[in-house]
Amino acid sequence: MKFIKNTANRLVPLQVNGQKLTPFKGVGNYIPKGKTASAKISSCTNFDPGGNKLVKSLKDALIKAGIKDGMTISTHHHLRNGDIVTNLLFDIIKGMGIKNIRWFPSASFPCHSHLIKYLEDGTIHHIEGSMNGPLGKFTSLGKMKGVGVLRSHGGRYQAIQDGDVHIDIAVIAAPSSDHFGNANGVNGKSACGGLGFALADSEYADKVIVVTDNLVPFPCVPWQIQGNNVDYVVQVDSLGDSSKIVSGTTEITKSPDRILIAEYIAEFMEAVGIIKDGFSFQAGAGGTSLAFIPFIKEKMKAKNVKASFVRGGSSKYLVELLEEGLTNYILDGQTFDLDGVRSMRDNPNHVMTSPFTSYNYHGKGNFASIIDAAILGATEVDLNFNANVVTHSDGYLLHGIGGWQNCLFSKCTILAIPSFRDRIPVIVDNVTTLCGPGELIDVVITERGIAINPRRKDLISAVNNSSLPIRTLKEIQQEVYEICGGVPMKPILDKKSVVAIVKWVDGTVLDSIYKVLG
Amino acid sequence: MRKKMNSISKIASAGKRGDKVRSDCFIQMELKKRGGLKSSIISKVNVMYGETINDLLLEMCDHFGIENAEIFIEDYGALPFTIAARFESAYKKLMSQDTREFLLPFSKSNKQSTTKDRLRRSRLYLPGNEPKFYPNAGLHKPDGMILDLEDSVHPSEKENARYLVRNALRSVNFYKAERMVRINQLPMGLIDLRFVVPHHVNVILIPKVESAETVKIVDEEIQKIRDAYKIKYPIYLMPIIESALGIINAYEIASASHNICALTIGLEDYTADIGVERTNEGIESLFARCQVINAAKAAGVQAIDSVFSDFENLDALRLNTLQAKSIGFEGKGCIHPRQINVVHEVFASTQSEIEKALKIVDAFETANKQGLGVVALGNKMIDAPVVKRALRILELSNKK
Repeated sequence: MKFIKNTANRLVPLQVNGQKLTPFKGVGNYIPKGKTASAKISSCTNFDPGGNKLVKSLKDALIKAGIKDGMTISTHHHLRNGDIVTNLLFDIIKGMGIKNIRWFPSASFPCHSHLIKYLEDGTIHHIEGSMNGPLGKFTSLGKMKGVGVLRSHGGRYQAIQDGDVHIDIAVIAAPSSDHFGNANGVNGKSACGGLGFALADSEYADKVIVVTDNLVPFPCVPWQIQGNNVDYVVQVDSLGDSSKIVSGTTEITKSPDRILIAEYIAEFMEAVGIIKDGFSFQAGAGGTSLAFIPFIKEKMKAKNVKASFVRGGSSKYLVELLEEGLTNYILDGQTFDLDGVRSMRDNPNHVMTSPFTSYNYHGKGNFASIIDAAILGATEVDLNFNANVVTHSDGYLLHGIGGWQNCLFSKCTILAIPSFRDRIPVIVDNVTTLCGPGELIDVVITERGIAINPRRKDLISAVNNSSLPIRTLKEIQQEVYEICGGVPMKPILDKKSVVAIVKWVDGTVLDSIYKVLG
Repeated sequence: MRKKMNSISKIASAGKRGDKVRSDCFIQMELKKRGGLKSSIISKVNVMYGETINDLLLEMCDHFGIENAEIFIEDYGALPFTIAARFESAYKKLMSQDTREFLLPFSKSNKQSTTKDRLRRSRLYLPGNEPKFYPNAGLHKPDGMILDLEDSVHPSEKENARYLVRNALRSVNFYKAERMVRINQLPMGLIDLRFVVPHHVNVILIPKVESAETVKIVDEEIQKIRDAYKIKYPIYLMPIIESALGIINAYEIASASHNICALTIGLEDYTADIGVERTNEGIESLFARCQVINAAKAAGVQAIDSVFSDFENLDALRLNTLQAKSIGFEGKGCIHPRQINVVHEVFASTQSEIEKALKIVDAFETANKQGLGVVALGNKMIDAPVVKRALRILELSNKK
């Protein structure tokens, strides 16, 4: 494997899985030429004039779609940890004796550890998408045949659109569909909200299969997925465990330390003047990124201001803002609970977005850079504000990038992280894996203090007279080292053996992830 | 000692294990007659701190002269003070006659002193045997931090908790919080004192006090330890009255020692003792609370209210604390960090209180400058206690 040092000073391979790569050239410095990919021309004469695309099983649909060894097959992750369609899909592929599939999910969850046996037996060659939990550990130990490719949600759209990844067959699990393939995620027993992550798949794949457990009469509206892009529709009994698709119990953390961080986020946003009429912010699910919403809400009410829009990850907390008139719109990338699903279904101001609208870097503008503040997590951050979201300090790949890289372009990017987890310091000298260049990360908020990137002199002067605990990353790091018992050792990695690469939002290679030796 | 060790071969353990355990560890130790030291460490943070954990283990074996043993550690990201406490705890179960202690360096930040009348608006209870709560507790800025050896520690864990609390007093930074320990009821509490008094504790809370005698016994025991360790820093006492009899003897208790800084009440036990349910409104304990306030003021010490146990209901806490303030309490116990801010907000002085206090202090300072013995504001004479109260109001509002 040949390596080159990219402009972020990281060694990256020039080629993986037989595909040539472009090393990272710096934020905003790589502007590819050429044309975007396009799907083959279809003709309606090849389809039932009555609009019926039903086939009797997923296996039949795969045969009709011409499945063969080495193909790229995509799935989406809106069913989250309740998804059984992807597992069923690969059970069938395995049964057909097909090998060397490139699995191209928009994300994976622990439920997909079912697929480890197919990675072992060669049914799946490698994963391009998040490798979480058990799949991550499998990859980190160097057991995957090919090299994993990690992309952000926007980067995934970019890769499809730019022709970096060509999808042979897209399998789209849809909580509601008609026989023509018009589909949505807001109705049915497996309702999961929007289906935005499957948009590019439906537009660019050679063959598109919609799998539903709720076949409704034509027309299925709203049509988040347009039937005109769909080849086959398959009816199944169930898409998955609905209690794990949306928990219905997305609750704010009870951890007092995380609530303290959430409080600091709101106070910081107020101190630097972000909370004003017409502002916007991005929230996530779980932990701190939900917990700050009630604090923001209190401040919005006290100041009598209203947001123009909020981005999510929608949950009942964002829905409350919309329903209480504190924001004009929710622009929703994925829906985390039943309140979110209901709101998207019933409220025209709760709008589904796709990675194309919200994140794609190779588009005519970028929603992500319009947002006033994005609150994100990280597994590690270094003294130059570079951050890691995919590997832990022990070297293991445990998370996907999600929309994280894309959100870094907001006007004020805030990493909300604990300064240490159990005995694991989060502020390190060098991140194990670089996922986000420090120049895009403005503030790190921990329970032990708030560090502002020295590049953001405007923010530094804005908090000058506040009572916020402003410190440097170095100061917080030193305190944590004292608590944890010194400077932690680094994992032993096999620097010759790249198990996955991290792509930047423009398709260039930002960093390599290595095999863990111990 | 060596001879004795050779005659023993049994296994002891300390700490916690299981899927939900965080920031703690489980240590099992078997002392052997021969075979040298054998250790196995399974740690969640092995990559980062595996060597450090091994070094600590060797250092402790060396300290206690352990040459032949099998030691097993299952670590869930425990900090060094916890690992050391669990190790010593397991070892002492096998060698209870060994009086040596393994003491980690005393963190400089932990040598802060205290005063008898410092602010004690909030005191946060930390269960003595739960190390995961320790390192961040001070970030929530309570006036006092109570490491609890009593009710929050299961009877079978009392011994383990002592080592942990002792180590925490030395290693954990509680930031500016006053360092308090609630000992067990006597006589067990007297053993607790040996684990905490030499390690810069500021206040000892004595539970279930019913007579002055109990306070005096604790006071004398502390004095003995102070003498033995040549301790210079002050250690104050806060008796907790938790029974009908205790309430009857409240004044006698409050004035039992000049080391008492505050008197407080424990309502869970008190309401049980008088046979009623504890309510958020607290009518059933109004008499007892007023009695504690009156006794405390008569003895010249602070009166501090009980904890409020419905910790998710911050609105009810606010009302309850307002009531406490209105009848004369100066502080309240907290069982959850989120309660601290509410308590502080309630005890903060109101704007009119602040304005009046500023005038009083101003008049007092002017009179002092002019060498006048008598201070007057308008046509009212101002006594020393009034000035003192005004200063406290300004302190509560951070204006002075």
